[in-house]
Amino acid sequence: MSTEAQPRQAVKSGNPKGNKDANKEVGQDRKATTQGRVATLLVAPSLLLLAIVILYPVINAIIMSFQKDSGLDPATGLFVAGGFAGVSNYSHWILQQCSVAGASISCPPGTLGSQFWTAFGTTFFFTAVTVVLETIIGFWMAIIMARAFRGRSLLRASVLVPWAIPTAVTAKLWFFIFAFQGIANQLFGTSILWTGSEWPARWAIIIADVWKTTPFMALLILAGLQIIPEQVYEAARVDGASAWQRFTQITLPLVKPALMVAILFRTLDALRMYDLPAIMTGGSNNTTTLSILVVDQIRQGFNSAAALSTITFIVIFLVAFIFVRFLGANAVESTNPGGKEKEK
Amino acid sequence: MRKTKRLTPIAVLGVLALSLAACGGGGSGGSSGAAAGGDAGNNLDGRGPITYVQGKDNSNVVRPLVDKWNAAHPDQKVTFKEQSDQADQQHDDLVKNFQAKNVNYDVVDVDVVWTAEFAAKSWLQPLKDKMSIDTSKMLPATVKTATYNGTLYAAPQTSDGGILYYRKDLVPTPPKTWDEMMSMCSIAKAKNMGCYAGQFAKYEGLTVNAAEAINTAGGTIVGPDGKPTVNTDQAKAGLNNLVKAYKDGNIPKEAITFQEEQGRQAFEAGKLLFLRNWPYVYNLAKTDGSSKVKSTFGIAPLPGMTADKPGASSLGGHNLAVSVYSKNKATAKDFLTFMTSEETEKFYATQGSLAPVLTALYDDAALVKQLPYLPVLKTALQNAVPRPVTPFYPAVTKAIQDNAYAAMQGQKPVDQALSDMQSAIQAAGSQ
Amino acid sequence: MTAATATRLSATDSAPKTKARNRQRWASSRTYISAAIIVLWCLLPAYWMMVTAFRDVGYTFDATPFFTHVTMDNFVTAFSTDLGNHFGRALLNSLIIGIVSTVIALVVGVFAAYALARLNFRGKFLVLGFILGASMFPGVALVTPLFQLFTDLSWIGTYQALIIPDISFVLPLTVYTLTSFFREMPWELEEAARIDGCTQGQAFRKVIMPLAAPAVFTTAILAFISAWNEYLIASQLSNDATQTVTVAIASFAGAQPHQEPYTTVMAAGTIVTIPLVIMVLVFQRKIVAGLTAGAVK
Repeated sequence: MSTEAQPRQAVKSGNPKGNKDANKEVGQDRKATTQGRVATLLVAPSLLLLAIVILYPVINAIIMSFQKDSGLDPATGLFVAGGFAGVSNYSHWILQQCSVAGASISCPPGTLGSQFWTAFGTTFFFTAVTVVLETIIGFWMAIIMARAFRGRSLLRASVLVPWAIPTAVTAKLWFFIFAFQGIANQLFGTSILWTGSEWPARWAIIIADVWKTTPFMALLILAGLQIIPEQVYEAARVDGASAWQRFTQITLPLVKPALMVAILFRTLDALRMYDLPAIMTGGSNNTTTLSILVVDQIRQGFNSAAALSTITFIVIFLVAFIFVRFLGANAVESTNPGGKEKEK
Repeated sequence: MRKTKRLTPIAVLGVLALSLAACGGGGSGGSSGAAAGGDAGNNLDGRGPITYVQGKDNSNVVRPLVDKWNAAHPDQKVTFKEQSDQADQQHDDLVKNFQAKNVNYDVVDVDVVWTAEFAAKSWLQPLKDKMSIDTSKMLPATVKTATYNGTLYAAPQTSDGGILYYRKDLVPTPPKTWDEMMSMCSIAKAKNMGCYAGQFAKYEGLTVNAAEAINTAGGTIVGPDGKPTVNTDQAKAGLNNLVKAYKDGNIPKEAITFQEEQGRQAFEAGKLLFLRNWPYVYNLAKTDGSSKVKSTFGIAPLPGMTADKPGASSLGGHNLAVSVYSKNKATAKDFLTFMTSEETEKFYATQGSLAPVLTALYDDAALVKQLPYLPVLKTALQNAVPRPVTPFYPAVTKAIQDNAYAAMQGQKPVDQALSDMQSAIQAAGSQ
Repeated sequence: MTAATATRLSATDSAPKTKARNRQRWASSRTYISAAIIVLWCLLPAYWMMVTAFRDVGYTFDATPFFTHVTMDNFVTAFSTDLGNHFGRALLNSLIIGIVSTVIALVVGVFAAYALARLNFRGKFLVLGFILGASMFPGVALVTPLFQLFTDLSWIGTYQALIIPDISFVLPLTVYTLTSFFREMPWELEEAARIDGCTQGQAFRKVIMPLAAPAVFTTAILAFISAWNEYLIASQLSNDATQTVTVAIASFAGAQPHQEPYTTVMAAGTIVTIPLVIMVLVFQRKIVAGLTAGAVK
């Protein structure tokens, strides 16, 4: 019964969480000590797993990013270890400086070093466009999927198909579709060089990415919609709220935590986009993302690639920080009583 | 106090990660010269089971050969480890296993363009003294790809070269020079089809095609000392041929998206008069259900600058090398000899359509009957120039691709493209 | 927007009574139109994948948009061990790895999410940051160090070498999703259950979990698919025995050197997708059941 009463109140007060938070705070101080111990036990397995698979390689990479890549010994023609590099691997990327015969020059076109800032821009462009499109389309899909109608399971199964096809296959499929004599040009009677010029190539990648990952958004948002009890809407309808009002005042606030998590993780993933552009265009025509640059650099020298990975990591960290701090993706953090005080 | 206690698990994780990092930290750089010298001197007489590592065995050639070897050498059995079909991944897999000093990667199949890099990293056993093999019967260009700093590091095993496919129903005699071919483009125009295409998408195929254009015109990309030599008039003339043809429409605009398969598709669909491609197209264009040129195409060597000298094909193919970390190098060497023997080479050609490296086989009547392109391919390979043999190949090929692509798209003049190419290759060599 | 105008238009020429019915009919047909667009958008490229999958390899580049030159050869090729395609085994491997990773990730993730959403402890922000941080490093740069580590542990070619990375790749999303959903749960029900004599664990399992079922289910699908589709790590850390489907697909080759095995890849893509869709349809029933169970309590 309390489930029914509470959201209704939430609609009126405009703060869907108000009721619950009040409930939760009861007795929190009393339990703090024991909770700390339990919490440590509960989060430990997660942290341990992440430490092995992520933290270890990251620290490894950071250490190596301060080493020079091995260079050729002119006497033997063999590679020798490069030694301590200081921050030169970092300045190489950020300042786009290459060393030629001992002198430092601006990296000439045709080197990876000359592509850092373009790749940076491309990555953010792809991220912004795909995440916005995927959020809008995903929300729409989720709303339709949440409705009760005949054939709903067909719809849900269909939506899952793009996400379920392995990326390696997806990328090949779209490469095939966007070939000059491929089905896309055939169907629309066009002769666009999809993978041979800048904007068509970018749009081809965006279309493929939106097709593939919108279902991810849609499913997460759908899960958020499903925990909103139908009674809330009925109550609002009785109160005479329009469809738009119901959307902005019930759906949006109640689905916001799920939505924010979805957008946050999509953004982090999009900033590391690799497979689609790598297979569809090989990074040509200004479609090189930071991850493509990392992979290419790994083949030329791991330590410099480690520096680039670390830079990418820092950039993504800043984006995530801004997200959590300013755009309200802090659905999770606000559990912290301290954080809540600040909100009020 | 309480605070410290709660943070302990995180601190422990940090320490753990740091200590792990310290253990694995040094492994990824190139191994130092001294240690590698030691590895190269070890286990030269070792005999026993070994592993052979190769990319995807497309047409089931390797397994029967390994079975045959194993039947004859029960104490020195070979295990076949198959990698993916994609060159980049084969490369990365080899690098990782060499870095980890994997003793189970005894004999490895390396692309011709990786041989110098792996040799310079001291991962490949020099094939000299006890390990030396006979290369006198092999095509000289293929031996060059396996040689670094005057030392042979691998045994050429299969080869590949570019040839010109043409429509013999429209062009009775194939062009001998580039200019002649361009003059024939009016025929294509009249038929409303594209004239010439190769592989011009920005990937390894563009390096192959740009190198062919430059080498045919008498230019070079990298000199014998590994320094770039591409900013010359000859190189300019070569690259300019491609750039101008693309601008004039003699190379159709869609060719900038072509890899091998898209070019083959266009040629088979009757949309191209001339196509530069590898010999594999020959069988497919004759047998593919959708091919419209089954009986109307012919093959010829690539056109040259002058009628008496055909174009300089780039060289494809693979070499076999022995890992310095192998425990059984004597067995490995015998296996190398077995895999490059005339009988094996013949089997590779008939079963897998892979071009042999032994010159004599190109005149073998029975073989020519089965693979009618061999005489043409022989001419191509005799005039072939390997792609730059350099330990910095990944950077060099990127320098070529990026700048050639920009030139073809008209984003920068040929002069500029070549001088950028020159500086970019220079930057690659002095990191 | 057009829908709204249309509603208004249809409303003007109707009597007030039919107005409501019309609006309802219009709303439902609008749902169907939207659903149809979504289904088309999602399935058309997949349809093209299937057309190619069933097409004779000699007609690979034929762009006819319906089934022609139909053959099963590509599926036979995909499973042909004679050609070195161990796709059958790869399917089994992927299934094992996917299920184990998903189950462990969910259990571990539910623990962590419960602590983060429900318990009050210091260092929470640090833990959350650390978990999120795990999704920030370029995955491509993780492979080399992991390869070193797993080689030292002699783990290359074992299931755990693939399962453990898979778990940690989905763990950040799992923890965040579950935490955000757990926060929305009516926890006073849990309190009530505890007053009725349940332990904290029982209360959580019997009261909260059924309510959180849609979120847990969604997370499970996302985790499973991500493990099922993982390629980067698997391509470097697996061997013939533990090869996953994505690695098997990447290792397909054309019959000739340079020939792209499009048709075989598309056939494999088709095979890989179908079990997933069936699985979701089956689970969907369960989830509806779970929901009603939760509502009753």
